[in-house]
Amino acid sequence: MLRLMLRIRRFEEKLAELFKRGKLPGFVHLYIGEEAVAVGACSALREDDRITSTHRGHGHVIAKGADVSRMMAELLGKEAGYCRGKGGSMHTVDFSLGIMGTNGIVGGGIPIAVGSAWGDRQLGRDTVTVSFFGDGASNQGVFFEGMNLAAIWKLPVIFLCENNGYTEWTPTEKLTAGRISDRGVPFGIPSVQVDGNDVISVHEAVSEAVGRARAGEGPSLIEARTYRWHGHNEGEEAFSGPYRPEEEIEEWKGKDPITTFAARLVEQGVFAREEIERVDAEEKERIEDAVRFAVESAYPDPEEALMHLFYDERPRLQQEVNR
Amino acid sequence: MSTDRRLYFIRAMYEGLRDAMREDKTVVVIGEDVDRSIIGATRGLIEEFGPERVRNTPISEATFVGACIGASAAGLRPVVDLMVGSFFYVAMDQVANQAAKLPYMSGGQVSLPIVYFTATGPSGSAAAQHSENPHPMLMNVAGLKIVMPSSPCDAKGLMISAIRDPNPVIYLQDAVLGGTRGPVPEEPYSIPIGEAEVKREGEDVTVVAIGALVNRALKVAGEMERDGISVEVVDPRTLVPMDKKTILDSVRKTGRLVVCDNARMTCSAASEIAAFVSEEAFDSLKTAPRRVAWEDVPVPFSPVLEKRVLVDEEKIRAAVESTLATRTRA
Repeated sequence: MLRLMLRIRRFEEKLAELFKRGKLPGFVHLYIGEEAVAVGACSALREDDRITSTHRGHGHVIAKGADVSRMMAELLGKEAGYCRGKGGSMHTVDFSLGIMGTNGIVGGGIPIAVGSAWGDRQLGRDTVTVSFFGDGASNQGVFFEGMNLAAIWKLPVIFLCENNGYTEWTPTEKLTAGRISDRGVPFGIPSVQVDGNDVISVHEAVSEAVGRARAGEGPSLIEARTYRWHGHNEGEEAFSGPYRPEEEIEEWKGKDPITTFAARLVEQGVFAREEIERVDAEEKERIEDAVRFAVESAYPDPEEALMHLFYDERPRLQQEVNR
Repeated sequence: MSTDRRLYFIRAMYEGLRDAMREDKTVVVIGEDVDRSIIGATRGLIEEFGPERVRNTPISEATFVGACIGASAAGLRPVVDLMVGSFFYVAMDQVANQAAKLPYMSGGQVSLPIVYFTATGPSGSAAAQHSENPHPMLMNVAGLKIVMPSSPCDAKGLMISAIRDPNPVIYLQDAVLGGTRGPVPEEPYSIPIGEAEVKREGEDVTVVAIGALVNRALKVAGEMERDGISVEVVDPRTLVPMDKKTILDSVRKTGRLVVCDNARMTCSAASEIAAFVSEEAFDSLKTAPRRVAWEDVPVPFSPVLEKRVLVDEEKIRAAVESTLATRTRA
């Protein structure tokens, strides 16, 4: 878990750097500070379980097992990327790992996750789908509609709300009535709020929900309270102005999910500090390799822009990418 | 496919659904009240296939339309009854941003075999929110195949093709056609997606008509034959991907084009067809193409207002006559 959290952190830090240097096409939303949610949740899943993700989705995708080299290649618009350069940050997909996509529409993944759970159930599988979404999405109609459908059909889906305190540039409490974790209650959905900076708490809550889902007992709602260290998107300073108190940012940095978990592991004698440093160094190296791989990869042939519109009419298959 | 068996359009759709469900156990039908089916196409399915495969949904279009994306990725072949064409707009994020784009955005990783079908178009004083034909907007989305059959025979064959197709297919059933009858073969068969059909051969003018307007165009063509005017009627049947060749071949033969569309004029399928014919067969045209489509207003309620806005046989006939009256280019 610690290794995966470090991988996400180093990946995102590298993206921030690439963005600053103007090396990253488009715009990007970073996950730094929220790593415990993705890792705590995905570590409770099997490889054949599925997730839907958000615009801030790199952490979910890495935690679900995605290869950072192919992610980096996708983010640079290269042919070796997960989507051959067609998706980018907000549309990273790997169906073989159950990653049904990050998503550029707030709340857009919720109905897809509900449907994935319905499909699995109907086909007699015991797989589970986790829908990651933010506090902002908790005000979208599809959240309520999705909970209703999942509850009446008893679907194995987990609604996992990452409440990072800000809906884009506005404090969540100014836009969201009551507690998000209370919103499952009227639907009869077991609902809890957990410390989203504590990877173990997240893992335990998700494991419990997964157990219920696999047993055919239906959906769960988990609200994980956390905080994003970076802005809504990189480069927002250019237009957003300051909107979060410095002390608040510092306070949450003090609750860093990675350093607190690492300290706990050292304290309990699970790992020596040097071991953790070695793991971190390995992950930094992995990210450097990913950047090298992505930079050296070719851009897709521009004609590829006209491919893949319809599934049966594609001249080249995804297998080529997977190999 | 000759047969003496005559069936209502809506029963032909039912047979397509039923045959596809018999053929493949992963085909499931969902939507509001699909068990008793207000429009009629799904009536009787629950008796044969049970409530697991014929599921009533809450009135939450965005969610059940989107759920089919996840369900089809998981391995089902969902068929969705949206009941009324205007309801697509309620679910537009899931239709346009998600279902249509996920296969492309993923670089071709995933197949989403989904059919979204609905009764659509004006049915007589149904007013603005129950008379829409959403196909012009959907044609522009990219990633959705769109079929719009005009006969019971096509209705069954296109339903089977739509369900077998590995992509999201929008199947539009013009509401006024539900109660029309025609020959329908008993056995399962498919009409290929992307193939137009010449419904009537003629020499002087090509009339491309869509959905319910095919029958109206055929009626006009029959009347005009008595005046010595030979009208060819082409039914695209599929709007995306469009069978341009059949349409262009017809125009190259007749040199005149009238396109009839049950939708507002601006950016209609009629506009698109007139545009590509103008670009690709300009040399064959003896006169400018004419579009017969709705006035650019919502469909009003009162019968007299509705008539003013919509397409009828008079308007089709007038358009055909105007192409003949125009002096031909040398």
